[in-house]
Amino acid sequence: MQTFFIVAILVLGFLITFQIAKASEYVAVLRGEEKARKQTNRINAFMLLMFLIIGLIGVYYCNEKLKGKILGTPASDHGVLIDRMLYITLAITFVVFIITQVALFWFSFKYQHSDKRKAYYYPHNNKLELIWTVVPAIALTVLVGFGIFYWFKITGKAPKNAMEVEVIGSQFKWEYRYPGKDKIFGKKYYKKTDEAKANPLGQLWDDPANHDDIYIAGDALHLVVNKPVRMIINAKDVIHDVGLAHFRMKMDAVPGTPTTMWFTPTKTTKQMIEETGNPDFVYEISCDQMCGKGHTGMRGTIIVETQEELDAWLAGKKPQYLAANPDKDPSVKKDTTAAVKPVAAVMNQ
Amino acid sequence: MSEAMNVYPEVTTSHAVHHDEHHVHHHKETFITKYIFSQDHKTIGKQFLITGIIWAIIGGLFSVLFRLQLGYPDQTFPILETFFGKWARGGQIQPEFYYALITIHGTVLVFFVLTAGLSGTFANILIPLQIGARDMASPFLNMLSYWFFFMASVVMFSSLFITTGPASGGWTVYPPLSALGQALEGSKLGMDLWLISMALFVVSSLLGGLNYISTILNMRTKGMSMTRMPLTIWAMFFTAVLGVLSFPVLLSGAILLLFDRNLGTSFYLSDIVVNGEILPNEGGSAILFQHLFWFLGHPEVYIILLPAMGMVSEILSVNSRKPIFGYMAMLGSLFAICILAFLVWAHHMFVTGLNPFLGSIFVLLTLLIAVPSAIKVFNWLTTLWRGNIRFTPATLFAIGFVSLFISGGLTGIFLGNSTIDIHLHDTMFVVAHFHIVMGVASMFGMFAGVYHWFPKMFGRYLNSTLGYIHFWVTMVGAYLIFWPMHYQGLAGMPRRYLDKSSWVSFTQFGELDKMITIVSIIVFAVQLMFVFNFFYSIFKGRKVTTTNPWGANTLEWTTPIRPGHGNWEGEIPEVHRWAYDYGKDGREFIPQTEPIGENESKH
Repeated sequence: MQTFFIVAILVLGFLITFQIAKASEYVAVLRGEEKARKQTNRINAFMLLMFLIIGLIGVYYCNEKLKGKILGTPASDHGVLIDRMLYITLAITFVVFIITQVALFWFSFKYQHSDKRKAYYYPHNNKLELIWTVVPAIALTVLVGFGIFYWFKITGKAPKNAMEVEVIGSQFKWEYRYPGKDKIFGKKYYKKTDEAKANPLGQLWDDPANHDDIYIAGDALHLVVNKPVRMIINAKDVIHDVGLAHFRMKMDAVPGTPTTMWFTPTKTTKQMIEETGNPDFVYEISCDQMCGKGHTGMRGTIIVETQEELDAWLAGKKPQYLAANPDKDPSVKKDTTAAVKPVAAVMNQ
Repeated sequence: MSEAMNVYPEVTTSHAVHHDEHHVHHHKETFITKYIFSQDHKTIGKQFLITGIIWAIIGGLFSVLFRLQLGYPDQTFPILETFFGKWARGGQIQPEFYYALITIHGTVLVFFVLTAGLSGTFANILIPLQIGARDMASPFLNMLSYWFFFMASVVMFSSLFITTGPASGGWTVYPPLSALGQALEGSKLGMDLWLISMALFVVSSLLGGLNYISTILNMRTKGMSMTRMPLTIWAMFFTAVLGVLSFPVLLSGAILLLFDRNLGTSFYLSDIVVNGEILPNEGGSAILFQHLFWFLGHPEVYIILLPAMGMVSEILSVNSRKPIFGYMAMLGSLFAICILAFLVWAHHMFVTGLNPFLGSIFVLLTLLIAVPSAIKVFNWLTTLWRGNIRFTPATLFAIGFVSLFISGGLTGIFLGNSTIDIHLHDTMFVVAHFHIVMGVASMFGMFAGVYHWFPKMFGRYLNSTLGYIHFWVTMVGAYLIFWPMHYQGLAGMPRRYLDKSSWVSFTQFGELDKMITIVSIIVFAVQLMFVFNFFYSIFKGRKVTTTNPWGANTLEWTTPIRPGHGNWEGEIPEVHRWAYDYGKDGREFIPQTEPIGENESKH
């Protein structure tokens, strides 16, 4: 019923508008077209000026209302550079925006049709044109310069002391792998992927580097504050994207082509909880590349903590090698009752 | 669907019929040859326009539907279930439906409305009329161009009605998502239909483009040197060149994707485990498709934008009664944009793992585009300066275009800079940016063109009061919708999320999303009003009584009010000057056909 009324009101409103518009056309003819045309010309010129003034106030109002909602200060070293570049660009473009928009609407208002004025025949002026080729070119050189400088800093080689972690996207979840004590990721081959055999990443168990790799799923990714982290990013099925809004970082996860990105988290989760005043605060990984019907919910979380906290957390995790090969697991060997073995391990035997 | 049949204003008037007897290509015309399989460039242009309008209504309606979801994610709309059944189960837009809506909205508006509907319409109508030709170089290929577009439309439209739904992997259709039916319902039959429709569309665009280029190069009337051509024609020319050089690349990308989907090849597929199923494909590159796609995709945004720029230049000059400022600079900047358009595609791919050094080259080339763009803006501003401006609806839309082009162009400087793009890539900032600069701005150019040349197309005027309402609501609405959206992007909110309630970082914009939804519904309603005005005025609009209602210099206004096939009765006029002698030597305008006077000042 409600919908019906809305439609009825819309149709009615439209009919009225249309009748007025049609009538105004007849009235214009009756009153003399020239006169009516001049009047609408004045009205529109005035409205253009009003649009400029109200528009600029609107821009200010919008900024006042929304500037507090754009995530606050960045939580990584690269984020600081990215925000700085953003504000440099914002400063330059804002000046250009104001100058050009004011000129556009002011000229439109000021030079509205008048019988007294004759348009000024002004087909070109090489000097002016040279100025507005060169000035933007200089401004852009500055922006390109800063941009590329920061870009190489951000995409350059990760520091030697960086920890490494593998991030794997698939519809519609994130999985992680830590390299373990040897700090080397074991080899993988996608055709070995087998959830039933406790090998969700397709790790090759012949590779000894795999034996201490720790696989994490359904849990947060843990990172260390002020320690650079290099992510090796991969996808199993379609393209995903590791989007880290608070760190201002982003990198696609492409099946078949691993990508990397590194940054240094500078604030622990606890610090951010205090800073934002939000007890539920958590760093989120958003999938930023359309990946299917569950794209909206492809959410991962990150906890940034101290090295000790990370070590303690990792100590509680078992390498996936042992889950997939329970016969190699010393803790399982001790008690031979089948009941405590993981289901996947049973199926493996 | 026979949109073409709607165009028969000439039958309704008595005086328009007789001039058919004079013109050169006199032959017997039936209803079918005149309005359906017509080879007259003017009719073909109208066919493009009306098909484009129908697609714009569909695409716009889709945007209203998904805005409903974005603004009111918790609310149910039972009426949606009535219309869309399982796609809106319980009155809630299902994710598959949402993604189908955004995909088709993007595809349709980019290709069918702003490519075919914009350059198809105005290149067809304006090129022969403004350069002084009786028709296109090949009227038959021109007709085929429309009918290939029509077939593409039919295939795309039919894909909306299949059980698994239309393509829904986003308008960029990145594989592997678009290649694997297991990964997405829309990647089943719907995707094949999408690719076939695109292939037909590319054929249409090539037939049209080649025709536009050869017509402009070979069929100009006596005296119409290249540098005397109106900027509209230059813009159409560069648009056609861009299309001819880049659309084949999309076609190749689409064909490889069809192979991957149906023939078991591995161009884009490698190392894939989808839903537990291990695929045999190895060695392909998913990124290859993105290169092929954006090699078209980026020129495509200029294919959309250049015709609007050309028409805006013309309309601003005519209505400020002043020559366009810096004709040669305008031409040069069009040329520069055309070249650069081919050298910047990878700025869509900064975060795909692209080599950072390569990325930096693309930053440089991308930001270079800002230079010719700035030249154009300053030249438009100077064209208005000290003019004597008449605010017809067309002028207002042209001014609106410049305003939107500035706003959207400046945010492009953010995204073109790879450093900032890391944060803003694939967020709502991108959505806001390209909707303003390419979507709404080009729509404004198109509206300006329709209001300005409607009298030439149909011999009647559009109702200008409705035109003013149309402009003001759309202008205010466009800024209300897209300006605050930048802030969502700055907050890192990803695009293509239909419900943010499960997130901690992106829930702060609920009220804003509601506001945007309400405004977009109002704006959509006003577009429907424009469509009504359009069709009503074809039949009932105020009649045009003079051949040159705007006091313009260009050749189309030297033809009869309702030109027949062949455009001019008798000889095609000769051209003696450029198109922009407005306000020269105390005269308001001097048509191109007037010989240079003895005492005339030089410019």
